[in-house]
Amino acid sequence: MKKAKQLFAGLILTALGLGTAQAEYTLNLMKGVTKVSNDLYNLHMLILWICVFIGIGVFGTMFYSIYHHRKSRGHKAEQFHENTTVEIAWTIIPTLILIGMAIPATKAMIELDNVQESEMSIKVTGHQWKWEYDYLDNGIHFFSSLDEASNKVRQVGSGLDPRSVPNYLLNVDKPLVIPTKKKIRFVFTSADVIHSWWVPDLGWKKDTNPGFINESWTSVDEPGTYRGQCTELCGKDHGFMPIVVIAMNEPEYNAWVEQQKAAAAAEAGSASKQWTKEELVAKGKAVYETSCSSCHMPDGAGLPGTFPALKASPMVTGDINAQVKLVLNGKGMMPAFGKVLSTVDFAAVVTYTRNSLGNSVGDSIQPSAIQALQSGTPAADKNE
Amino acid sequence: MSAVVAEHDDHHDHDHGPAKGFLRWIITTNHKDIGTLYLVFALAMFFVGGTMAMIIRAELFEPGMQFVNPQFFNSMTTMHALVMVFGAVMPAFVGLANWMIPMMIGAPDMALPRMNNMSFWLLVAGVLLLASTLFMEGGAPASGWTLYPPLVLQTGKALPFAIFSVHLLGISSIMGAINIIATIFNMRAPGMTLMKMPMFVWTWLITAFLLIAIMPVFAGAVTMLLTDRFFDTSFFDAAGGGDPVLYQHIFWFFGHPEVYVMILPTFGVASTIIPVFARKPLFGYSSMVHATAAIAFLSFIVWAHHMFTVGMPIAGELYFMYATMLIAIPTGVKVFNWTATMWKGSMTFETPMLFSISFVVLFTMGGFTGLMMAVAPVDFQYHDTYFIVAHFHYTLVPASIFILMAAGYFWLPKWTGHMYDERIGRLHFWLSVISVNVLFFPQHFLGLAGMPRRIPDYAVQFADWNMISSIGGFIFGASQLLFLYIVIHTIKGGTGEKVTAEVWEDAAKHSLEWTLPSPPPYHSFTTPPTVIPTEHL
Repeated sequence: MKKAKQLFAGLILTALGLGTAQAEYTLNLMKGVTKVSNDLYNLHMLILWICVFIGIGVFGTMFYSIYHHRKSRGHKAEQFHENTTVEIAWTIIPTLILIGMAIPATKAMIELDNVQESEMSIKVTGHQWKWEYDYLDNGIHFFSSLDEASNKVRQVGSGLDPRSVPNYLLNVDKPLVIPTKKKIRFVFTSADVIHSWWVPDLGWKKDTNPGFINESWTSVDEPGTYRGQCTELCGKDHGFMPIVVIAMNEPEYNAWVEQQKAAAAAEAGSASKQWTKEELVAKGKAVYETSCSSCHMPDGAGLPGTFPALKASPMVTGDINAQVKLVLNGKGMMPAFGKVLSTVDFAAVVTYTRNSLGNSVGDSIQPSAIQALQSGTPAADKNE
Repeated sequence: MSAVVAEHDDHHDHDHGPAKGFLRWIITTNHKDIGTLYLVFALAMFFVGGTMAMIIRAELFEPGMQFVNPQFFNSMTTMHALVMVFGAVMPAFVGLANWMIPMMIGAPDMALPRMNNMSFWLLVAGVLLLASTLFMEGGAPASGWTLYPPLVLQTGKALPFAIFSVHLLGISSIMGAINIIATIFNMRAPGMTLMKMPMFVWTWLITAFLLIAIMPVFAGAVTMLLTDRFFDTSFFDAAGGGDPVLYQHIFWFFGHPEVYVMILPTFGVASTIIPVFARKPLFGYSSMVHATAAIAFLSFIVWAHHMFTVGMPIAGELYFMYATMLIAIPTGVKVFNWTATMWKGSMTFETPMLFSISFVVLFTMGGFTGLMMAVAPVDFQYHDTYFIVAHFHYTLVPASIFILMAAGYFWLPKWTGHMYDERIGRLHFWLSVISVNVLFFPQHFLGLAGMPRRIPDYAVQFADWNMISSIGGFIFGASQLLFLYIVIHTIKGGTGEKVTAEVWEDAAKHSLEWTLPSPPPYHSFTTPPTVIPTEHL
């Protein structure tokens, strides 16, 4: 049936001369890769067929009537306008059908809701416009945002072809990695506005509410890459904060965990080393593009009335410590980046804004100074 | 000035038609003039909101960002919804109520004519205030028509203007609703008992009560947004002990009945038109009345089905799922009754009937997807995707909008005394009904395949269906210009054919407005009619 429908759609599309950009496009809900998502798919199909069945009955009757009971065929109107028996019948029968639907629906709902006996937990925090993942059991922590290739193409009037980017708008710089065959509990919250975390293959979405915790769970059987998106309007770049989940078998997953821990240790080491201005500017450019450019724009011109320009901004060209403090603590819609960026990235991006985007203050700041400012002691080694 | 002269002036005003010139339309207290104002305003807003939809579909025509920036795109989706709901569909039905209710119940005018005038001009003020936000620093509201915090609190200068606009629109709707209730309860002709009223009057009576119940709730919700933003309250801010989800509960307590405010009068018009062209009384009149009341009641206890993924306890999820599924029963009764009305009739298919039949079919499709979404666990997949967009557009465009078109074709000859051009009417119908399905049906596929709603750009596997949907959208938009042409053409004389009082064969058997001449006198029934049509009883 599904094949037939796809074939039919394919024929229509070919007839329209559109061709298919991506080999795979679906007409129906995807089955997904978990038991829950399969149960929901079956429930979806059950209700769909009930609706189709009722539709055929009602529309069939109507079209029979439209064809036969028309004045042009000389049909004389009868004048009945009540029939208690049929009226009771078409109240009772739908009620029974609804009860029949409610029973499997209730079972599925209870299954979906049961976060007990999970083997590991991941905290997901929504940010405008990226995701933050905390592995509560082993301390791995990172942010995940739209990949650079998609980000370039999706700028207004970029003139670049989205079809040239693999997984356009559905790819991230750092995917969420999970082990297969384990019950994973997710807890959701948000740092700013409400977002919603959805990977269709897992079978559900869940809103992330600032100041509150939501829970859900999954258990993926097959290794693979599963993609999704934010599904609650969260501002300007709502369409540009995808989710990528990579499910790995236990050994690969463990290797990944070790690799992440080693990277975190290296990162901590690099925070204490002395960086040159050029190194910081070079690193800062990439940080700027993922963390700042969606509001302050790639060229630093901002969006008048909503997001201030960094180019020639008195804040960016003024005292470096004042700028660092503002970026650390946030202001209004600007999030507190002290909690978001590593000290190296932080020092790099501040240095970058002061020496690029049309600014040339010429100074820089070391990661160690950021650390000092963050912990409240005044910066000692600001270098010109 | 002597008392006698003053009395004479009064007499003069009331008996001999409208004030002269342009001022007539500003100061009028006549139900037909105000009805016309509402309808013309609604049609204008339909094109304004439609233009916004065209911008949305143009941006979504192909993947990549071609025309607008994402912030403006979000403003367009937000303003499209607000303009269509509060500027087009609701005022259009108030316009129909103004024109038809006094004529259907055998009254000379509405009960509260001065308030009637005020409620129209407050509507204009409210919509203009809302439209002015498009030109403000920071842009128009871009948080979706639901105005969820905390996102809506990031709106620029526009926020207080949008909130005051909602207040004005709310006051206007409440005044309109009070007027309709007062008219129906006090001005029915002798012998017109409640259970003899035409279905359109019944559905509007119930709708008016819904409006009075919900508009203050919405006004309260947006006022809390106002104080959260400007007066340091924390209703919706967890940091101050509030809860952003509280807003959603309040909003949807308003919002769910609100969608029935748009659909119940739609049911009423369909129940009016179908019997006339089936030449048969409406099937199951009293069950239609009770089903309408049941739907109105249920609309108050199902609101959180808009929020299944917000994180409710399991008991809440299950309760709202069961309650929502119940709506299928009275809605089913209505659809079955319309089908039974057609059954063994003697049908003809003039434009109003064509639009009404396609309403029954396409609204039922929207009802089916509604039933699917009522099932909470599966809604965890459907929620906030294009499946939802397809669902509510099926219940609004080929339902409410089609029925408004049907009402236009059905009553324009009565209102103007001229016949519209049936050929162009049918062309308008066929173009609309085909393009509306090309526009919205593929959106089911997009949603199921994983495309979230309210996104300005999308992954390339969604490209084909979006392009088809946009093509449907452009054709649908352009087809509506035909309707504008027909309305103007009919007002200016139409086909030139002289229409009778009945206009449609034996229409006077169904409802009182067809006993008045076409066009009807300025004050509909100056003396109450003595014979009440009781075909449906």
